[in-house]
This record gives sequence, C-alpha cells and structure tokens, in this order.
Amino acid sequence: MSGNAALGEAAVLAGCTCYFGYPITPQNELTEYMAKRVPEAGGIFIQSESEIAAINMVLGASVAGARAMTSSSSPGMSLKQEGISYLAADELPAVVVNMVRGGPGMGNISPAQSDYLQATRGGGHGDYRTIVLAPGSVQELADIVPLAFDLAEAYRNPVIILGDGMLGQMMEPVSFDNIKPPKEYPKDYILTGARGRPSRMVRSLLFDTKEEEEHNWKLFRKYQRMEQNEVRYEKYLVDDAEMIVVAYGIGARIVKGAIKRLRQENLKIGMIRPITLWPFPAKIIRETANRVTDFFVFEMSTGQMIEDVRLALEGKGHIHFYGRPGGVIPTPIELSRVISRHYYQQSHRGKK
Amino acid sequence: MTIKTIFSGFGGQGVLSMGFTLANAAMLEGKYVTYLPSYGVEVRGGTANCTVVVSDEEIASPVASEPEFIVAMNQPSFARFQSVLTSGGLICVNSSIVNTTSARGDIEILAVPTSELADKMGTIKVANMIMLGAFLKASNIVSFDFMLAHLQEILGEGKAKMIKLNQEALEAGYTFVKE
Repeated sequence: MSGNAALGEAAVLAGCTCYFGYPITPQNELTEYMAKRVPEAGGIFIQSESEIAAINMVLGASVAGARAMTSSSSPGMSLKQEGISYLAADELPAVVVNMVRGGPGMGNISPAQSDYLQATRGGGHGDYRTIVLAPGSVQELADIVPLAFDLAEAYRNPVIILGDGMLGQMMEPVSFDNIKPPKEYPKDYILTGARGRPSRMVRSLLFDTKEEEEHNWKLFRKYQRMEQNEVRYEKYLVDDAEMIVVAYGIGARIVKGAIKRLRQENLKIGMIRPITLWPFPAKIIRETANRVTDFFVFEMSTGQMIEDVRLALEGKGHIHFYGRPGGVIPTPIELSRVISRHYYQQSHRGKK
Repeated sequence: MTIKTIFSGFGGQGVLSMGFTLANAAMLEGKYVTYLPSYGVEVRGGTANCTVVVSDEEIASPVASEPEFIVAMNQPSFARFQSVLTSGGLICVNSSIVNTTSARGDIEILAVPTSELADKMGTIKVANMIMLGAFLKASNIVSFDFMLAHLQEILGEGKAKMIKLNQEALEAGYTFVKE
C-alpha cells in the first residue's frame, strides 16, 4: 500500500470523520483515497476550492467537535499557515499532513525535507508551536495517525505530520491491526448550540493586551508540558557508536542503509532519529555527547534541523553536515562514502 | 538476502505494473518488500522507472545504490541504468526495440524480444508480463508457480478478466528463457 493511502486508511480507522483537501502532488493519492473511503465510513469529504478553504473547514469542523484532518504539500502548506495559527490560538485540535516537496516557491514535485523550520517554529504568525511527527516508513506513517489525533485532542492543538513525496508515493506492506481510535477527551469547549447550558465562545481576537498576554503564557505552559512529555525518537546502534548520525523521516531510512554498509567495514556508526521534530529530542543528543564527540547531520535540505542539533549539543562535540536539497534523493552508497570520510578524518584528528 | 531491481522503460509500457506485480507477489510470499515509483512529470512516451527491494530481513533503504537486476524496456533506460548495475548483475533488455551491446564486460545481458513474443499472443499490451516471466526465470526472486497461482490476488479485482491472458504471457516469457 502506498504511504498516502496507508495514512488515509489509518485516519479513518482512528475515527477521522472530516477530511478537507485541495489537490497537490505528491499527496494526491491521499485526497483520492479519502474521497472514496471517508463517505463510505459515514464521514464528510470535501474537495475545497483552495488550501486556505480546506484548513478553515478543518477549523469549523474542529470547533464543532469533529475529528478533522487536511493535507497538502509545501506550497499548499504555506497557504494553510494562517489557519494553523488560528487553530493554535483557539486551542482547537486538528491533524495537518505535509508531504514535503522541493522548494522554495513552486519548486518541484520530488521529495525533500525543506519545510523543517516552517513546521517546527510554528509556521504562521504569533507565539505558538505545533507538535511535529516525522514517520520513516509506511507502517510508521499509519501507526502515527492515531497518535497524532490523540495528541491533538489531549493538548487541544494542531499536530503536523511531516512526510515527504517519497514516503507518500512508496509502497510497503502495512498492517492496520493496532490502529484504533484514540480515547475521547472531554469536549467542554465545542460549539453545539447553547440550549440548556451557558453559551460558549471560541475566539483568537483579544484586544485587551493583558488578556492576550495571559493567553500567550497559558499556551506557553501547554507547550512546556509537550516538551516534557511528548519527545519521541529512535536509537539505532548508538551504544557502541563513535559517531552519531542525526537524520529523520525518509532521510533516516537511507542513512540506515548507509550505516548497514559501514558496519560491515567495522565503522562504529549509530543514529538518533527524531520522531517528534518538535518537541525535539535534545536531551538524548546532549547526553550522548558525554561519550561521543562526533555528530553528523543529514537532511534533504541545505540544513535546517542542524540548528536544533547545535542547540541540543550546547557547544559540545563536532558537527558535520551533508545535505541534498531540491528534491534529490541520495543513495545509501553515496551517504556511506560521505559518512566514512568524516569518520576517518575525525579518528585521524583524534590520534594527533 | 536483499535483492534490488529497477524496472525502467517508456511510460505506458507497463513498467510500474511489472514492479508492482513483483512487489505484491513477494509480499504475499511473506517477504519484506519496498516499492518506490518514479512519478509526476512522467507521461506516456516519457521515461518511467520503479525500484523494488525484496528481502528476508527488514529493509533499511528503499533506494537502491547498486541493484542486482535491471529490466530495461527501452534504449534510454538501457543506457541510463546499465551503469548502476552491480558487477555480476543481470540486465533484462527488451531486444525488440533496444540495441543490447554494452561496454561493460562484467554484467550479464538477457535479451527478450517482447514485441515479437507479444505479437504471437495477439496483443502488444502483454509485453511487460512476458518480460516479467522471463525476469522471474532468470532471477528467481519469487516462485513462478506462486505468482501464477496467486495472480488474481496480486493484480486485484479490476483485472479479473485479464488473468488468463496475463498468465499465458508470464508463461511465454518464462519458457523463452533457457536454463
């Protein structure tokens, strides 16, 4: 099953009853899948007139208490940012999928990881954050969907699933046995008509600066809780490693192929793969730096996550970077050569 | 054991279908498998390719650095992909429309005249399945008998009427290749 279709099926199984989308490659298979599957399951599918309309339909569905989702790819994601900012300000749950393609501007339709900063820094205007989940396989893409809805509703905040064109298009066997709807949280904020109860208001317009400041600190405390409780990552052959590669998503898959090759030549290389890009797994990277001094960041961009790795290391260790932006997919052998070159340079420096 | 194959050719030659059929058969046989299509700007008459990785263990990268097998259905694909084939690898070539001479001395070339074989069956549309049959004989990545028996399941319900024709095409390719 393709990554896009697996994501769609997982969303339906996770209880997503409202999907709104506007076509863009390379996530069209998701919209196509939802067009057929969501109405079958009794939900609402709308192909909207634009990305902006889609995200605002999500806002409307969410404020009415529905489990809602939209998806797009990089240029379309930029258009959605206003709506995501409003969702964050209004404290409304939603899942937004970005199958990243080469950019900036229209870019191309090949896989890339160039939207990292947009996704992890809030993306739209204002002082807000979104949880960003970056799966690395079709199975993980499916498994992460119920988690995304759960986190969105637990914290009442938009959650971004950051994939890329390759993850969306590639096919792998996938099992839906473990995909169940997340638990229901009390929805004491939704607008369902005030008959028999006091009226409610959901808004982000707060003219009173003091009230707005309080609201900002309240959101901030929520983001702090996310940072404390929701960090997720995968360690791969880290325990005996002399050099750690940090990579995420499909980039991490290719790195894994490279590490498998390098381990056959007895190069002790491991990987830390952030699964939540925000909150970033800074602590594990910092702790690893007590033992390992060499870090190698690989991204399919000119270097965005490297900023978070640098912040995590707090000046410890050496960081090397290798990037392939613009929709280029490197091969494992290419990466293994670059990684081994740095590995030997560093071990040489160590002997001096 | 991890075996990587790139299927390549013109858009419309059924290149992605070949890869998809192999990937589905391998999955039903219980193997680990990834299927990575090239996509997007490909149009009928343009070039298309896909990478299928089949393994007994979890597959790290769906991108193949040095594939063991290549299937090239047209001349540009033959030129482009023979250089990435691993030493000792096998390239299956659609010799009906491809000049199969290669400068590489360290690879095997299997020439399959798919158009001629397909003409005998009355339709050029099965050229890809003929090639897949030949490829299975040469590569043995999945059991040929298994694929024949499960073809309905592999291709899905939409192709129900075409199962017999596709089985015959697979057999034509399979028997074309000598031991």
